[in-house]
Amino acid sequence: MTEALLAALYIFVVAMFLGFAVITKVPPLLHTPLMSGSNAISGITIIGALIVAGRQEGWLQTVLGLIAIILAMINVVGGYLVTDRMLQMFKRKPGEKE
Amino acid sequence: MTLREVLIALAYMIASACFVLGLMWLQSPKRARAGNLLSSLGMLVAIVATLFVSGIKDYTIIIIGSLIGSAIGAVMASTVPMTAMPQMVGLFNGFGGGASALVAAAEFFKYAANPSALTLDVSITIMLALIVGAVTFSGSMIAAGKLQGVVNERPITYPYQNFINLILFLTIVAAAIFLIVNFGNPWAFLYLTVAALIFGVLFTIPIGGADMPVVICFLNALSGVAAAMAGFVIKNNALIIAGSLVGASGVILTQIMCWAMNRPITNVLFGAFGAVVTAGSSATAVAKTVRPIQADEAAILLGYAQLVIIVPGYGMAVSQAQHAVRQLADELQKRGVTVKYAIHPVAGRMPGHMNVLLAEANVPYDQLYDMDQINDEFQNADVALIVGANDVVNPAARHDKSSPIYGMPILNADHAKQIIVLKRSMNPGFAGIENELFYNEKTRMLFGDAKESLTKLINELKNI
Repeated sequence: MTEALLAALYIFVVAMFLGFAVITKVPPLLHTPLMSGSNAISGITIIGALIVAGRQEGWLQTVLGLIAIILAMINVVGGYLVTDRMLQMFKRKPGEKE
Repeated sequence: MTLREVLIALAYMIASACFVLGLMWLQSPKRARAGNLLSSLGMLVAIVATLFVSGIKDYTIIIIGSLIGSAIGAVMASTVPMTAMPQMVGLFNGFGGGASALVAAAEFFKYAANPSALTLDVSITIMLALIVGAVTFSGSMIAAGKLQGVVNERPITYPYQNFINLILFLTIVAAAIFLIVNFGNPWAFLYLTVAALIFGVLFTIPIGGADMPVVICFLNALSGVAAAMAGFVIKNNALIIAGSLVGASGVILTQIMCWAMNRPITNVLFGAFGAVVTAGSSATAVAKTVRPIQADEAAILLGYAQLVIIVPGYGMAVSQAQHAVRQLADELQKRGVTVKYAIHPVAGRMPGHMNVLLAEANVPYDQLYDMDQINDEFQNADVALIVGANDVVNPAARHDKSSPIYGMPILNADHAKQIIVLKRSMNPGFAGIENELFYNEKTRMLFGDAKESLTKLINELKNI
């Protein structure tokens, strides 16, 4: 247990620093897509939702899992689509095509 | 470890790499779209890999839930107007946080039925994921409601507000400790969940509309932290990595927003800024006259300028005037006028809000300048055209120590040779602060709805 926890904490801290390093370089121009895009990434909790809903350990867990899947999926699908919709609007020259 | 487990773990690793690379590509607008696509592919890999996790026995619920969620998400994403993006992101934050809380709740009941499998780290992280997820959920719903205008945008305050919130928070912590010791107690669990939801509401209602950029960023960070905590609970590295990336992103954006307002995060979250309408102190002493202007005269000023800097603000979003702004800029450029846009970091209701609106209106992004890039250029500008911005161009922030926005970095619109302000009326801005710029002798006020005024300007320009 302790060893696994330590490894997880390790990953948590390093990923935080990696996040800081990467995200500080995103220009203010793209801060809204950054928010909606990173928001979609936080929908990763869908993994937990899928496991919880699929393991058949009582109706209560299944119901909680189902709602979690719906919420997380809205977050994932909606987040990525809306980010794409925004990013395709950013153009260097007027009328420029992708 | 079976081969299947190894492959699943590798898939999660690939997914995590896609998330990081996707965010890295967001550093330039050219590759940003590809980055987002890469990130979404990573998510797909993670989801597909999860379907092969050995514990999963039933796929009906998974398929039903995924179809419903995807359909709702797709419809929301494709129909939302760009002006409503802040509340949309707010809602999505809330859903992500809510999902993490629900995963933690399901794990709680799993271990409650089988306490022998429980370890201390799992019980602690279940509590954390539950609390953070629930606060994110209810807080985001209120924030989105405020942005949509369903909930009163002004700070809602009552006596001893922060004290009550503190007490509530302490009871949540107490309930969590009680649950860690007496794991499985359903009443304490119920109290913890309900109290965390209420805390999210009480914590968000005193925060005013103009401070929403900070709140949205902060909730974004919380939704990431909730996902990371859920990752600790189900012992999944992909969740921990993705959650911490989002947490880091939210923290950085929160920090940038606070710097841009020169206010510490504690003041934004607990200060109920804008609750009391403050009268500008220095401005009251001076006799104030505003100098109105008509569209024809304003069009002449603009049409014969060499450099025009447009300063958009939340008012542009409210009046949906971004397309009219672009048309005016087109008309000016046809006449050989150079047009630039000055974007303050907290203009609008979320970071980058103005950039997205102008991009939607087909404004090329190399005409959009950040505050630091453009502030020295205002002195060369013949006209600074203010479209629905207020506090971010108020010179009182530089010198008036009694002003609530004293110390906030502002756009130097007052350094321009002439300033034209498009404004509906002389009502002060959100925080109720008088804007000295409007009484500046170089400033002319063009009253009316921003979009209508812009249309008039475009027509007048065509006639000269």
